[in-house]
Amino acid sequence: MDSGRSEAGLETGCRLQDKLQVAGCRVSIPDEGRESTNQSANQPIMKKSVLLIACCGLIISAASAQVYITRTGVINFFSKTPMEDIKAENNQVYAAIDLSKKTIAFSMLMKSFLFRKELMQEHFNENYVESDRHPKSTFKGTFTGDVDPQKPGVYNVQAQGVLTLHGVEKSVNTPATIEITGDGLTGTARFNLLPQDFDIEIPGIVRDKIAKQIDVQVKIDCKPVK
Amino acid sequence: MKYYALFFFLCTGFGKIAMAQDSSLLNMLEDSMMVNKQGGHVTGTFKATHIINTHSVETPAKGVLLFMIMHRFGKINEGAYEFFGLDNATMRMGFDYGLTDELTVGIGRSTFQKTYDGYLKGKLLRQSEGPGGRIPLSVTALAGIAYTSLRYTDKPYLNARYRTNYTLQLLVARKLNRNLSIQLSPAYLHYNLVPTVADKNDVFVLGIGGRMKITKRSSINVEYNYLPDNQVNSFKVYNSFSAGFDIETGGHVFQVHVTNSQGMVEPLFLGRTTGSWGKGDIYFGFNISRAFNLAKKR
Repeated sequence: MDSGRSEAGLETGCRLQDKLQVAGCRVSIPDEGRESTNQSANQPIMKKSVLLIACCGLIISAASAQVYITRTGVINFFSKTPMEDIKAENNQVYAAIDLSKKTIAFSMLMKSFLFRKELMQEHFNENYVESDRHPKSTFKGTFTGDVDPQKPGVYNVQAQGVLTLHGVEKSVNTPATIEITGDGLTGTARFNLLPQDFDIEIPGIVRDKIAKQIDVQVKIDCKPVK
Repeated sequence: MKYYALFFFLCTGFGKIAMAQDSSLLNMLEDSMMVNKQGGHVTGTFKATHIINTHSVETPAKGVLLFMIMHRFGKINEGAYEFFGLDNATMRMGFDYGLTDELTVGIGRSTFQKTYDGYLKGKLLRQSEGPGGRIPLSVTALAGIAYTSLRYTDKPYLNARYRTNYTLQLLVARKLNRNLSIQLSPAYLHYNLVPTVADKNDVFVLGIGGRMKITKRSSINVEYNYLPDNQVNSFKVYNSFSAGFDIETGGHVFQVHVTNSQGMVEPLFLGRTTGSWGKGDIYFGFNISRAFNLAKKR
């Protein structure tokens, strides 16, 4: 929590994890954005200095927010069969982790998965994930386990949430790691997906070439939101 | 009060950003994605590099060697003795190689008139993805040369120059939706030698073709090449019309079709189609293509 560094003890009692609620408390604006006038705000003696302090508080607490984000996360998937190995990589994955709320989100374009063979990539988009209809895949979830953003190191956590792929939502629960580094964090996870869970049909003629379980590997290097 | 107003404005303004972040990290990501979105190209306008006889706007990717067999049996109206054409056949064997994702070089050899052919095929424009795409069409240009090596004992004077014909063709296509693609293919042909003075050396043809997907991996293809009058006069020519069916299986595309053209190179089917659908001069045939990846890493 960043309370200690921003506006000291004044805000105790407020929910502190969010930078803007710090300012919100100062003028007692209800934090869910209800725009009712209230007493302290109506007091005519609003000093310039108070405003200044509040603004400083805003800036300081914003700097120490615990949201980490990347636009260049990497997700690989592998399908291994005796007939053929298929491998694809997407290195334009958008990902965000909020350490204070313990929430995670991913979003990626299916067309950004690059295959070694152009034809495979075309078939992946045209015939399997139908990226014209379902251009994105997303994940929205939470993690359990303690991560101390001040203490560099590798933390093992359990991530769970809803994965949306090919327009189908499915819950996913997987072990993951969060590594706090000097200037950000690195998240990794590895899990298996079954194409049929996402209504991705595989025709008989290529059934031997596509694995029943697709091995998915995630690696995101995130920087704190400034 | 003035300060209060300013303050309130600040708080609510920032508060909204905060709430967006609060309510869902995902929304924030999606917004960021929208901002940074780059338009892509439409892919899979056609499954194969040929609609049937006519080239499609598609070319193999860089480093891909495409081996293609085009096969036409005899005419269906030859009757039962010739097993409705199946006793006879002409074929063309060809290789296309993707020099880049946009430029392809191709060579081929047809048994029909022992014709060799070679071409360069380049993508000039690629249709943008999405409804508000910047480029509405895909345009590919084709420049080809065909050399007929069949010997005629009664025409010993036929030298290399007389045996060579040229093709320039513009392939303009639009994928209208995930199933339907349409292509216009205006062509200019130059025949170094024509049968009589009544025939033009320079011939213009306007082709139209399309495909309609019926499942994810199969489609119905049609093409029609309109040869305007007064260009070929010394013998009866017909507009080339072909209809067929594409099936795609991994690295192969099978195309099965019927056509009134026996030749499979532009100067032969665009300007020299002598078969008539009305008389039953219909050739049953197929194209098979197989892609080989020669480049190790993309």
